[in-house]
Amino acid sequence: MSPDVAEKIKQNPKFETLVSKRSAFAWMLTIIMLVIYYTFILLIAFSPQTLGTPIGNNVMTLGIPVGVGIIVIAFSLTGIYVHRANTEFDVLTNAIKKELEG
Amino acid sequence: MFFAFVGGTLGITYWAARQTKTAKHFYAAGGNITGLQNGLAIAGDYMSAASFLGISGLVFLSGYDGLIYSIGFLVGWPIILFLIAEQLRNLGKYTFADVTSYRLSQKPIRTLAAFGGIATVILYLIAQMVGSGKLIQLLFGLPYEAAVVIVGTLMVLYVAFGGMIATTWVQIIKAVLLLSGASFIALAVAWHFNFNFENLFKSAVETHKNGLAIMSPGGLISDPISAISLGIALMFGTAGLPHILMRFFTVTDAKQARRSVFFATGFIGYFYILTFIIGFGAIVMVSANPLYLNEGSIIGGNNMAAIHLSHAVGGDIFLGFISAVAFATILAVVSGLTLAGASAISHDLYANVLKNGDHDEMKEMRVSKIATVVLGIIAIMLGIAFEKQNIAFMVGLAFAIAASANFPILILSMYWKKLTTRGAVIGGSLGLASAVLLVILGPIVWVQILGNPDPVFPYKYPALFSVTTAFAGIWFFSITDKSKRAKLEQEAFDAQYVRAQTGIGAEKSSSH
Repeated sequence: MSPDVAEKIKQNPKFETLVSKRSAFAWMLTIIMLVIYYTFILLIAFSPQTLGTPIGNNVMTLGIPVGVGIIVIAFSLTGIYVHRANTEFDVLTNAIKKELEG
Repeated sequence: MFFAFVGGTLGITYWAARQTKTAKHFYAAGGNITGLQNGLAIAGDYMSAASFLGISGLVFLSGYDGLIYSIGFLVGWPIILFLIAEQLRNLGKYTFADVTSYRLSQKPIRTLAAFGGIATVILYLIAQMVGSGKLIQLLFGLPYEAAVVIVGTLMVLYVAFGGMIATTWVQIIKAVLLLSGASFIALAVAWHFNFNFENLFKSAVETHKNGLAIMSPGGLISDPISAISLGIALMFGTAGLPHILMRFFTVTDAKQARRSVFFATGFIGYFYILTFIIGFGAIVMVSANPLYLNEGSIIGGNNMAAIHLSHAVGGDIFLGFISAVAFATILAVVSGLTLAGASAISHDLYANVLKNGDHDEMKEMRVSKIATVVLGIIAIMLGIAFEKQNIAFMVGLAFAIAASANFPILILSMYWKKLTTRGAVIGGSLGLASAVLLVILGPIVWVQILGNPDPVFPYKYPALFSVTTAFAGIWFFSITDKSKRAKLEQEAFDAQYVRAQTGIGAEKSSSH
């Protein structure tokens, strides 16, 4: 891409909207994932008995639904991102491309 | 079953070889893979025999701790999606070094990326070769050396002739086989306990020698530093594995790149939940069954728990199926690794460093095929040499190098305008060197392998320190870089950023 084309796209307010919205969203989801994972890791490191608490009178401990829950949340977060990217972000990207051609 | 798989995949390789006309086909399957296919192939690349047998074996041995590992291996994926996948597809062509060297000086950056990439690939490959040799020896009764030679030869055939197209389809088939096989075992376990997991856990606690302790985090990760360090290695290491990053160049566009991570995360997460059920199932149905025991311990070691369980729930025929799946799993993973290693040699070192990027693609492909054969021979030799060694640290080291040398440069090249060649080369090298050095001085190599009484570096996992070193090095040597070239590199960021964000100017998929 030549520098003037890049400059032209950069000046497009739609590009500004796309980048700021997507970056904010992507970093927010990244931080959510990091916080969840490191809370889990720190819990294991500093207080393993918390996750070892039995649920009610069962043998099953809190750690099992929490662990499986993190896997499910990780997958759900990717789903949330893909959904918004497929709808909102792609529409903006295509609009920018169209303006460039037209 | 086993021969059907080998015959079938060689057939695919023949078909793929006929499709592979250009370098684009060879490295990136022509860029025509869909998101779902690539998601399966990524899952096939990532779910190694080591994770299937190793994690179910770890659950079998110590219960809950196995789940901690699984989670660490999974949580890197959302991060890859949010920050890397689309940008990678928009900027790169065949290897991740295409992205890191996009606006920086080609030669030093590609050399460093190739080093980091090849080091990761070889370590990972040795671990896979040794594991596969032992597994095949146990399953099919072949001598260890013969097993390693067979795996090495097949992988060279797939990659050299079929390139990325054959590798992708071997990975897809393997992913489908592995997911269905593991689903069947887990379902059989659940059915055995009337779909009541409390019953499963109760029986496991009654059977296991550690009793209730298997239901909570145990001694696997004892101190906070190790816990955080392992977490960093697993999470960011995934985002720096060259064979995984390479898969993003096989899809048509950024949208398909993003969909592939979504599918891959789903398949991998589902698979880890299955291995957890399989591990607990094995505690109940394998460890108490004299058929699978030899003088009180399990035949073939803990890593055979899932294999024995497949016999317990499905008899000889299903055991045969799972053994074939394990074999397919090994082949798919080593093929992906070999292709990534060969691409680093031919595309990065040969074409762009030695030949200054001025080269013809047919020649580059030929170099790549030669590199594949050489890597195959190296893998076979090292696989045999390391038979009796403790190789458990090698995957850990591969992840540490990927997290410390590859990942920091990759992410900063995408997001940080001030990154310069000097910063990337010095910081990346520091990350690579510190990861290797700290593993050698750590408890596993220094004490267990070299036999010294005390480790120089007290922690098993170096990532917390080596990743920090890499980022700090890159930052410091970039901001203090006042050269003319640095200024040009920083100015080139804007155009790169526009392409990364919009995909305008990105590599197109080739039409047939």
